[in-house]
Amino acid sequence: MTSNPSEILRVEHLRKYYPVEKSFLEKMLARNRHFVKAVDDVSFDVRRGEIFTLAGESGCGKTTTGKLVLKLFPVTSGKIFFDGQDITGLKGEELRALRRKMQMIFQDPYASFNPRMRVGDAVGHSLEIHKLAKGEEKKQHVKDILERVGLVPAEKFVDLFPHQISGGQRQRAAMARSLILQPEFIVADEPVSMIDVSLRTAIIDLMLDLRRDFGLTYLFITHDLAIAKYISDRIAVMYLGKIVELGRKDAIFNSPVHPYTKALLAAIPVPNPERKRNPSELIGEVPSAIDIPSGCRFHTRCKYAKEGCSVKEPELVEVTPGHFAACGGFSKA
Amino acid sequence: MPEPLLNVKGLSVEYRTSRGTNHAVDNVSFTLDKAETLGIVGESGSGKSTLGLSLIGLIPFPGKIVDGTITLDGKDVLKLKKEELRKLRGTGICYVFQDPMTSLNPVKKIGDHFVEMIRAHQPKVTKKEALERARNLLKDVGIRTERVSDYPHQLSGGMRQRVMIALAIALNPSIIVADEPTTALDVIVQAKILDLLNSLRDTYGLALILITHDLSIVLERSDKLMVMYAGQVMECAPSHVLYSDPQHPYTRGLLKSIPNIELADQKLEAIAGSPPDLLGLPCGCRFWPRCKEAFERCTKEEPKLFRTAENHWVRCFLYDQEGETQ
Repeated sequence: MTSNPSEILRVEHLRKYYPVEKSFLEKMLARNRHFVKAVDDVSFDVRRGEIFTLAGESGCGKTTTGKLVLKLFPVTSGKIFFDGQDITGLKGEELRALRRKMQMIFQDPYASFNPRMRVGDAVGHSLEIHKLAKGEEKKQHVKDILERVGLVPAEKFVDLFPHQISGGQRQRAAMARSLILQPEFIVADEPVSMIDVSLRTAIIDLMLDLRRDFGLTYLFITHDLAIAKYISDRIAVMYLGKIVELGRKDAIFNSPVHPYTKALLAAIPVPNPERKRNPSELIGEVPSAIDIPSGCRFHTRCKYAKEGCSVKEPELVEVTPGHFAACGGFSKA
Repeated sequence: MPEPLLNVKGLSVEYRTSRGTNHAVDNVSFTLDKAETLGIVGESGSGKSTLGLSLIGLIPFPGKIVDGTITLDGKDVLKLKKEELRKLRGTGICYVFQDPMTSLNPVKKIGDHFVEMIRAHQPKVTKKEALERARNLLKDVGIRTERVSDYPHQLSGGMRQRVMIALAIALNPSIIVADEPTTALDVIVQAKILDLLNSLRDTYGLALILITHDLSIVLERSDKLMVMYAGQVMECAPSHVLYSDPQHPYTRGLLKSIPNIELADQKLEAIAGSPPDLLGLPCGCRFWPRCKEAFERCTKEEPKLFRTAENHWVRCFLYDQEGETQ
């Protein structure tokens, strides 16, 4: 594998299947086991310093992909490279050392903190786990980082319990907790979807500031394309475990190719009362990930589906340099 | 001027707690006409849900309506007896709750929800007739009629919200209150549910109250908008006016903080600080600690709603010149 120095993460043919539990009788009768194909052959790379967004509806596998990348659970197949190193099979002490470099911010600031741990302890906990600092030194680190994420005065927040601070402050604390180990790479899983609109912008701006100051790279996971447009450099749109379109932000927003991307863009609410909205072109709802449609997995909902679409699964094709789409309706020939 | 369908005047709701009295809704007035959509926008704790619930007499304990009137079709809702109020909830004002996952009974089939509801209001209807009506209603909201015999867990979130809407229109109410109807749903499903509500409004002449924290959803779909903050109406205007000429610093802040994909290279601006604790409200205007344009008067005196144009009301001293107050 040739490693490109600008690339911090590379994912190749990543798959994650969950076996579906069945009753004893069904197991005896069934020839083949069924799987939930949460992530099904996903490849992409993230360049150092960029914000790469995985976008899609719930159940499209975006969060699973984010967690797989962080090695929070094992992959079914595929490879993950971080800093040019194959980390797919990493275990034990090596994995722990790696975790210092890659951290996660979870969606739910209410659930991601231990309710019995004070904010200062929760934020400083990882310093102890990685044996980086303790005692006074740790306290100082915690205060510095809390101040950096805007929780001032830090002395006050250190001693508060999570339920005593607001959702926006909790998400800031979550950022402090992932930043305290000085990671290079952060997976941010819908970090603002549970926060009030008026506070979202402040959190997003903080993320952008931190990227500049700490030289961070983000893998940003969201269902909200309006935020994706604001924050990302490149966007990958996922549908039922697969990337259907990938490209620079401008390409995705100005010249989307895949009908699913177009539908997602058309569904974004636009804060403008003058705008006339066309009803969504999508048919029905997302099929089950156990029973993925044959051929192109989107053909059951696609208005432009042709005969061949239900037979052959389209590959990601480069439409223009750096802009890929997997749609049978589009071919270079 | 003809009497509006719904007329709320000076409504105040309080929660009395051991820590003090929380004025969740403070002197709110609005009117709603047939086939009109009113959007109520506010952050959590702004009192928007309490306001919605008070319309149907469902404020949770220890909340209490302490002042004001609600008139629906000439009837005073607050004077209704328990039995009449129950009737109102089916045929007058119907509520669509935020979370479709928890608002349906998990051990009851979809059809049974309809049967129970229809027969509670119209005891003469047989079970068979009620189920037939359930099928028609499901068709109206775009769900296959076989689904009447499914359980809620067999439906996706979007479908469950459609069922909730079908239940809400089952008895031909005149108003539907949808409280964050799409917060738990994905973008595409969200757009479809909102389209559905709009088309029901057009077919049945329903009036719609959309309660949400997301200004972008309601700007596009409401006729008029009410921006709430800490229990008070901060600004009230027709949607296009609010968009083209937002006056309250809070409204302007909200508009600057939501991403708009139609604008190239938008720079978002955050509103500093966070919403106040309703038990420890600041002195003077409730928004002044977060307001960039606050001056001395704001910290001492509470502003009234000032009228700046025909249907435009703003609670801000910046507009206290010759304008009349409500």
